[in-house]
Amino acid sequence: MSIDMEQFKVTFVEESLEGLDIMESVLLDMHPGTADSEAIDNIFRAAHSIKGGAATFGLADIASFTHVVETLLDEVRNGDRDITGEAIVLFLSSVDCVREMLSADQNGEAVDQEHIEQVKAGLDKMLNSEPETEAVSAGHNDMLSGALAHHENGWQIIFKPFSGMLRTGNDVVRMFRELAELGEFTAVVNVEDLPPLSDMDPEDAYLSWNITLNGKIDKAQISEIFEWVEDDCELTVRPLEDGNTETVATDVVDDVSEKDPPVDLQVVSPAPERRAEEDRRQDNDRRQTTRKASSPEASSIRVGIDKIDDLINMVGELVITQSMLSQLGEDFSMDRVERLNDGLSELERNTRELQESVMRIRMLPISFAFNRFPRMVHDLSAKLDKKIELTMSGEQTELDKTVMEKIGDPLVHLVRNSIDHGIETPEVRKAAGKSETGVVNLNAYHQGGNIVIEINDDGAGLNYEKILAKAIERGLVGANEDLPEEKVYELLFEPGFSTADVVSDVSGRGVGMDVVKRNIMALGGSVDVKSVPGEGSTFTIRLPLTLAILDGQLVRVGDNTYIIPLVSIVESLLVDEKNVNEIAGKAEVYQLRSDYLPIIRLYEVFDIEPDRRSLDNGLLVVVEGDNKKGGLLVDELLGQQQVVIKSLETNFRRVEGLSGATILGDGTVALIVDVAGVVRLSRDDVRRSNEQIVAA
Amino acid sequence: MDAAQNIAHEIQHDLESDGDQFLTFILAGEEYGVDILRVQEIKGWDSVTPIPNTPEYIRGVINLRGTIVPIIDLRRRFQLEAVEYGPMTVVIVLRVENPDGGKSRVMGLVVDAVSDVYNVPEGAIKAAPDFGSVVDVNFVKGLATLEDVMVIMLDIDRLLNADELSIVAKIT
Amino acid sequence: MANILAVDDSASMRQMVVFTLKGAGHQVTEAVDGQAAFDVAKSQKFDLVLTDVNMPRMDGITLAKELRNLPNFKFTPILMLTTEAGLNKKQEGKAAGATGWIVKPFNPEQLLATIKKVVG
Repeated sequence: MSIDMEQFKVTFVEESLEGLDIMESVLLDMHPGTADSEAIDNIFRAAHSIKGGAATFGLADIASFTHVVETLLDEVRNGDRDITGEAIVLFLSSVDCVREMLSADQNGEAVDQEHIEQVKAGLDKMLNSEPETEAVSAGHNDMLSGALAHHENGWQIIFKPFSGMLRTGNDVVRMFRELAELGEFTAVVNVEDLPPLSDMDPEDAYLSWNITLNGKIDKAQISEIFEWVEDDCELTVRPLEDGNTETVATDVVDDVSEKDPPVDLQVVSPAPERRAEEDRRQDNDRRQTTRKASSPEASSIRVGIDKIDDLINMVGELVITQSMLSQLGEDFSMDRVERLNDGLSELERNTRELQESVMRIRMLPISFAFNRFPRMVHDLSAKLDKKIELTMSGEQTELDKTVMEKIGDPLVHLVRNSIDHGIETPEVRKAAGKSETGVVNLNAYHQGGNIVIEINDDGAGLNYEKILAKAIERGLVGANEDLPEEKVYELLFEPGFSTADVVSDVSGRGVGMDVVKRNIMALGGSVDVKSVPGEGSTFTIRLPLTLAILDGQLVRVGDNTYIIPLVSIVESLLVDEKNVNEIAGKAEVYQLRSDYLPIIRLYEVFDIEPDRRSLDNGLLVVVEGDNKKGGLLVDELLGQQQVVIKSLETNFRRVEGLSGATILGDGTVALIVDVAGVVRLSRDDVRRSNEQIVAA
Repeated sequence: MDAAQNIAHEIQHDLESDGDQFLTFILAGEEYGVDILRVQEIKGWDSVTPIPNTPEYIRGVINLRGTIVPIIDLRRRFQLEAVEYGPMTVVIVLRVENPDGGKSRVMGLVVDAVSDVYNVPEGAIKAAPDFGSVVDVNFVKGLATLEDVMVIMLDIDRLLNADELSIVAKIT
Repeated sequence: MANILAVDDSASMRQMVVFTLKGAGHQVTEAVDGQAAFDVAKSQKFDLVLTDVNMPRMDGITLAKELRNLPNFKFTPILMLTTEAGLNKKQEGKAAGATGWIVKPFNPEQLLATIKKVVG
């Protein structure tokens, strides 16, 4: 092939995965026997497209697999087959298989051949007595075998188009041209059916021809030329010289199958090209892996035209403002200051709108992240013998594409957690007076420059006593400490903390809540949990709308301005010296209610001259990073503002304790503090000090 | 800043040459040269934001039209006597290539003054013996005599890709 | 060379067809389904229409039927791109007024050869 199909394959894989998602969600909503025709049509079309594309772009395995699915769906579509529960399950498995095959092709991995064969066998079985009409039709029409197929001298063709033939856009000249390419062509026109001019319809066909075609020609070649018009004409093809009056007219139609490329043959005997090497893993795992592999972090994004148009408009306005300011600048005098100010505020508006506009381009509705859950909940609840209904709201809430890709795993973990530990079994629920079916709800909405995602379940809620007991056991909390409820629940996010008695297959696998929290914080977000025992729990994730911008608190230490991400700040306070404890003459801690916070003198960490070094009445910014708290000593709190994060690594390198830099309004560079990094350094010292205090 | 502006002007319009063109600058009385193709621009000295716990010769970073660019002080790098930086002080902004083939980086060098742009014909750069200069011979491409002055041709990539600039620093 | 209207709800198929046709010097307009194609056809003439059969909103067969009602498209060649090797779809297409069909999967060379026959 001179045109390389690879370039189209990427698009094909993308659209196929989308098609598979559609199939899956339609199938999940389907109930046996009551499928609506539009839904069936949708899934048929999806399978049909995948089959056609797979064959076109060289993915023969997928084409042959999907062909069976498509055939079955076609039968359902035509009313020849009912949609049974078994069929739905089989189709869902097929979706998995095709996803796996697509992913394997993209990543060069092997597929689980056994599994695919198994599903295929199931599909074939369902097709059962359905005659393999495709394969059979690849056979030849008797007419064409033997002596009649070739003829040394040529053919006589009597061709009479029916009156409507031209209205199908077929062109006699075209056909004659093609015939002429096969051999020596002579045609004698027959005008006997031509009506008088006044009765003639110019769109009709009244002529017929007696054609002689000389040459060593296959009858099949001739049939092919007339293939499209076989029903619209009278066609007689006789070998020359022979007095044979074999009228082959409409039998010619069967030649069609010869022209078909051998896709059908593949249906009959598909040869698996790859052998699986991996062992059979748990269903969930495999699906999860496939899902991860088949939706890699793509480097492209689809953007609605409306967003692009907005952007173009914004830029247009910006250009106008710039030109206005430029003009003003060329001929400026102090009496035009007000116009300058107007221009500048206009510029500020344009820039802000442009910024919002651009950010929106990277934003996609969170439905992309939510979409995996119906299937997951469906499978998990079946596996755990629980009845669970998943409801989702706010799916159209938009967030940054990269943030969404990274929040996927934490979300999965939290939902699994709700299903595994939150929702009780139907019996327990019934005994507690609840409905047997538990509800897990996913909700998303915007709030003040952030996106809020809530995972809510009406299950058993968090077990206060159990958590506290475990925490005491692990020494995270003193035995007699009186912790408020939220603090206890927060302990859930401590590393290695799992109160599951039996580490369940589903969610207790050591990938704990602490990782979830860490991943969320790495995105500049936060997570917390509220719970009412017996009634349920709600996990709330807050995320910034974009990774490139953060809300920061400007602080001054000496001559330098630093930015502390607002999301990491717990509170700010004036130091009261009596709460300061010095440990072993070195590390200092501040007692804040029941916490002992390490005091981190930023001027020491950053090696700069501060205004003052004494702690009393000093300004302490209480921060939290990496689950550890600390107090940063600064000279002054300046304003809060949104800053654009600029990388230090582009031209320099990563510096521990800094997460980047930004450019302030006056053009100077301010460094952004990496709270976790700065706190981490003091943490080890402080822990030793803490233990000493507690023991005392 | 006229000297710098003139040179910048020359850089923009000097297209023809056989051999390579070098920008020369003065540092503590010695003249050094850098490949003109690496010179992105020449700026005046402005305030710099220091980066904690980095070698002394890394003065900090500046904002170069929205990008964060580190500024390296060659006097400190070569352990020369410090001077007051003023209006004549110049920062040469260079594009530094990564010998491992990664992305190139932009960095600034603080020097006393920029000298001129010279066409250096092929073969004019001779190997540098260890002649007791303050510069580590590893960073020197060679020596050339341009208009009676000995110019030390610097290997910018080696000089600015040195370990201290590329490994991650720790604050301790 | 020829002004072609290519209709298919699959982006990858459209891409391939457009790439192939443009590469051969034809002018191509794309449409994502029958309705979009029909809307374009109302105000433009084409030398050839290539259309998939199974599409949302308006399928290829309905498109053929609708196009034949437009004065500009009475005799325009309309070719269905179909995977159906079975007879009935082709019959349906012809009955709706289609000129002929090209069976999927086809490679670009086959496509160009068929088009050449039809538009010269």
